[in-house]
Amino acid sequence: MGGATVRVSKEARTVAIAFVSTVVFFGLVAFGITRSPGWGELKAYFFDWGIYRDSFPEIAAAFWVNVKLFLIAEVFILPAALLLAVLRSLPGPVFFPVRALAIAYADFFRGVPTILVVIMLGFGMPALGVDGVPISPFFWAVVSLVLVYTAYVSEVYRAGIESVHPSQEAAARSLGLTRGQALRSVVLPQAVRRVIPPLLNDFIGLQKDTALVAYLGVVEAFRQSQINNAATFNFTPYLAAATLFVLLTIPLARFTDWLVARDRRRQQAGRLA
Amino acid sequence: MRKALIASLVLAAAAALTVAATATGARAGASAPAAIPGCAKGSLNLLKEGTLTVGADNPAFPPWFGGDEKKPWKISNPYSGKGYESAVVYAIASQLGFTKAQVVWTVVPFNNSYKPGKKPFDFYITQVSYTPERAQAVDFSRGYYFVNQSVVARKGTPIAKAKTISALKAYKLGAQVGTTSYSYITRHIKPSSSPSVYDDNDKAIQALKVGQIDGIVVDLPTAFYVVAVQLDDGVIVGKLPTKGTKERFGLVFQKGNTLRSCVDRAIGNLWANGTIKKLQNLYLAKAGAPDLT
Repeated sequence: MGGATVRVSKEARTVAIAFVSTVVFFGLVAFGITRSPGWGELKAYFFDWGIYRDSFPEIAAAFWVNVKLFLIAEVFILPAALLLAVLRSLPGPVFFPVRALAIAYADFFRGVPTILVVIMLGFGMPALGVDGVPISPFFWAVVSLVLVYTAYVSEVYRAGIESVHPSQEAAARSLGLTRGQALRSVVLPQAVRRVIPPLLNDFIGLQKDTALVAYLGVVEAFRQSQINNAATFNFTPYLAAATLFVLLTIPLARFTDWLVARDRRRQQAGRLA
Repeated sequence: MRKALIASLVLAAAAALTVAATATGARAGASAPAAIPGCAKGSLNLLKEGTLTVGADNPAFPPWFGGDEKKPWKISNPYSGKGYESAVVYAIASQLGFTKAQVVWTVVPFNNSYKPGKKPFDFYITQVSYTPERAQAVDFSRGYYFVNQSVVARKGTPIAKAKTISALKAYKLGAQVGTTSYSYITRHIKPSSSPSVYDDNDKAIQALKVGQIDGIVVDLPTAFYVVAVQLDDGVIVGKLPTKGTKERFGLVFQKGNTLRSCVDRAIGNLWANGTIKKLQNLYLAKAGAPDLT
């Protein structure tokens, strides 16, 4: 009883200290910033509530373009990257050309700036003038993002696959599973589970890179901010775009946290059984 | 040609000086040819004393800038004194008593011309249109050019036959981001499909070439340059009518910079003595484009 009281009061003290230290820290930062000589100007240029309110609806509407882009792209990226990673993990000399191609692909598309891929495909492919080749900038933006992010994500999958101990596959094979079956039901489930956080990383990166489609003339959230920025010479509209991106990222991050925590719970539950 | 231009500038400055001198009653022995009373070179609020630092975007496009490109400048060279904006700047400089060598150009991307903080130039010139919203963030000089927007398309495409603004509604149009050309599309043309917006006119022209858009909206002098140099099968569909107040290009100043009042008076002199008209005829006047109604 006495011990519980001590624990409670200790906890209360910890919370109180954390609270005071947080308030003092951010208070000092806020004080420092607002007292600096340029604060008035900075505030006027970046935090104009009227401009924020006026530009938000337009930018939110343009944000829908970004959402469509990354959702469509991600649908293709996840399976394509997994395939690429599996191809790269194929053992034996027979599969050397396949491995070499997979490596060349990942090296090239991770190395080349995404903006270049977007321009090459977005302006280059329609310039071919071949019948049946789409000219839509949106289409080519999706293709560019899929090409580049498949390379990134395949490396994430590969890291996951290689992190699964070889004994897992050996055990599976010894139970009579074929190489394919072992990969599908033993190695990949463990591998994918481990790389969920970095997968989310790349998904968030993809969301932000959708802004590159603006280069081809498509008005998305960032370009709409730029339009509003240029009309007013005020930078607040970018803040509106940032809000939208962050609003999307935070729930996703919490969702992945929850996913990872759930997996860990289940694994530990399994261990106990 | 260039000699004649410089001669005419000197003449103009001299004429203005005479006028000013008569007005103030024989201001004796001015060392520099400062034509404007109260704006002696030494008294001006300058970034660097004795030097007029002028910002401009790079590349410097004709017909606004002329001459051969010279590092760091691309396509043209503001130092050439050729091209409308370059010539206007040197005319203003001479009004304020600067020699050609005392004018220094610095590369400033358009989007940096209005960012907060101390500006790296005395004033900035790159076809910046005055709007009341923009004037909240920077100061503008009085206009040195009044602008008409126009539509450029490829020869033989359906849009090239358009005679009215409402006929343009059916087409996919494009413009450079942050320009009044873009606002003209959204405010006055109001096309049925949303316009495409590009970082610069080069990309808009590329999109026009590959058929992603049907037409681009640019100011008229730029349109002449586009069809003459950048777009082989380009055609000016027509000149768009002015809506509301006349659109004008102004020099951009740090808010509250006192230099502006002197520059304003210099520009006033250049309008009054015909220099601006002359420079417009020299660099911007071309065969007229059809009017869109």
